[in-house]
Formats: sequence, C-alpha cells, structure tokens
Amino acid sequence: MVAWTDAERKAIQDIWGKLKPAAGQKALIRCLIVYPWTQRYFSSFGSLSDAAAIKSNKKVAAHGEVVLKGLGLAVKNMDNIKATYAPLSVLHSEKLHVDPDNFRLLGDCFTIVVAAHLGRAFTADIQAAWQKFVAVVIAALAKQYH
Amino acid sequence: MSLTAKDKSIVKAFWGKASSKADDIGAEAFGRMLTVYPQTKTYFASWSDLSPGSAAVKKHGRTIMGGIAEAVGHIDDLTGGLASLSELHAFKLRVDPANFKILAHNLIVVLALFFPADFTPEVHMAVDKFFQNVAWALSEKYR
Repeated sequence: MVAWTDAERKAIQDIWGKLKPAAGQKALIRCLIVYPWTQRYFSSFGSLSDAAAIKSNKKVAAHGEVVLKGLGLAVKNMDNIKATYAPLSVLHSEKLHVDPDNFRLLGDCFTIVVAAHLGRAFTADIQAAWQKFVAVVIAALAKQYH
Repeated sequence: MSLTAKDKSIVKAFWGKASSKADDIGAEAFGRMLTVYPQTKTYFASWSDLSPGSAAVKKHGRTIMGGIAEAVGHIDDLTGGLASLSELHAFKLRVDPANFKILAHNLIVVLALFFPADFTPEVHMAVDKFFQNVAWALSEKYR
C-alpha cells in the first residue's frame, strides 16, 4: 500500500479542486500532438491529421472527459488505487491493448496542464506529490498486464 | 527524431520570448529536479546547500541555461557546437545520461508554468525534440 503524508494528500485534493473540467481534454490533445505515435489508439476518432484537427475533434474532447473521470476515481480512493483500478487495468490490457508506456506520456501531459494552470502555486513540493500520485496511478493501470 | 526546419524556427522564436527569464527558469528547473528527483542530488554531494532558492542552486541554474543558450545558437549543428560540453559531461562530470531526460522534463514544467499561453502543444513538441537532441549531443563523447 502507498504511504501518503498529510501534505501529499492535501496537495492532491487541492489540485483536483482547482482543475477545470477541460483539463482531461487539454492533456489528451497535448499528448496526441507532442507524442503523435499515441494516435494509434484513436483511429476511430476521425481526423487527427494536424494540431488544428486534434484540437477541434469532438471525440477527443469527450474522451478527455472520460480520462479525467478515471483520474478522479484515484483522487477519491488514494488509499486503494491499485484495487480501484483493477478493472480499468484489465480494460487497457485486454481490450484496448495500450502499451503502458503511453500512460507515462499522458501522465506527463497532465503534469504540464496542471503546471500551466497553477503557475507558481505549483511548487516543487506540490510537483513531487503530484508526480508521485501520477506514478501510482500509472503503476495501478499497468498492474493487470500479463 | 531529428529537428525539422519548422522545429528549429519554433524553438528559436520561443527562446526569444523565454530567454529574458533564463536565470529564473534555470534556478526553478534545477531546484525542482533536486526536490522531485532526489536521486539527482547524488551528483552534488559536496555542496553544502542544495535547498531551492539557495545561492548555489541559482548559480548552477544560470550555468545550465548558459548551456541551453549555446545549444540554441548551434541548433543547426548540436553535436559540433556542444562538443566540449559533451567532453565535460563524459569525462569529468560523468553524469548518467538518463538524467538529461529528467532535467529536460523539469525545464518543460517550468516553461509551461512561466509561459502558459505561449507553451502550446506545438511549442511543447518542438522544445521536447530540441531537448532530446541536446541530450543526444551531450552524450556524444561518452563511449
């Protein structure tokens, strides 16, 4: 089980409270543009031919919300992320066949979105807590792969 | 993933905006790296004060950004332009090249933090590629 300090818990809940609903969409858009090979998982989403197409793609926007909701599950179950994410992990492995390295790429994009949103309030300690949280989420998502 | 002409012009244009805050960026990114990736402190074991905002951290942040500025200036030939820096890192400092990625990540976080409107996904991609190429050039002399 992951040990969270009070400061870390507070940091994660604070960030979550400040995140706008569009954060998931922003992170996913950034991921598809900065790491274009991630587009391989979204061939059914229509045009991702350039940055403008990605930014205006409605399916990307909708999926961004799905991802954000998934992240919210982890925020609400910080002491139990591994178990909470077991079905999601099976989904990503067995059905979606996502290379788990992509979780790290999307996770980094979320970090950038959070940093851009919070500015200087995203201190080094808060960044450390956030990145620890993202690492736990990623590990839980990758856990059921075999 | 080598730099296209478009990548280079995006990097140079963004550097034009960001370089006025170079010292701040360097100090923030370096300080963050030491906090968020504590294993990087092993390279600075002889330093008495590694706390963010300390004089030593600020000074080293400036040194790092001097290197980045040089890289931007030699963007058409990073391997040639960064040859002596590569020798320094390979033979004297012997920094594991995995750490270049870690520092690049923290530079990117700080750029997003300081320039939220300008650090668009397109700029992010070009800068990410640039840092990867800088890291590659810096590792050139290692073996």
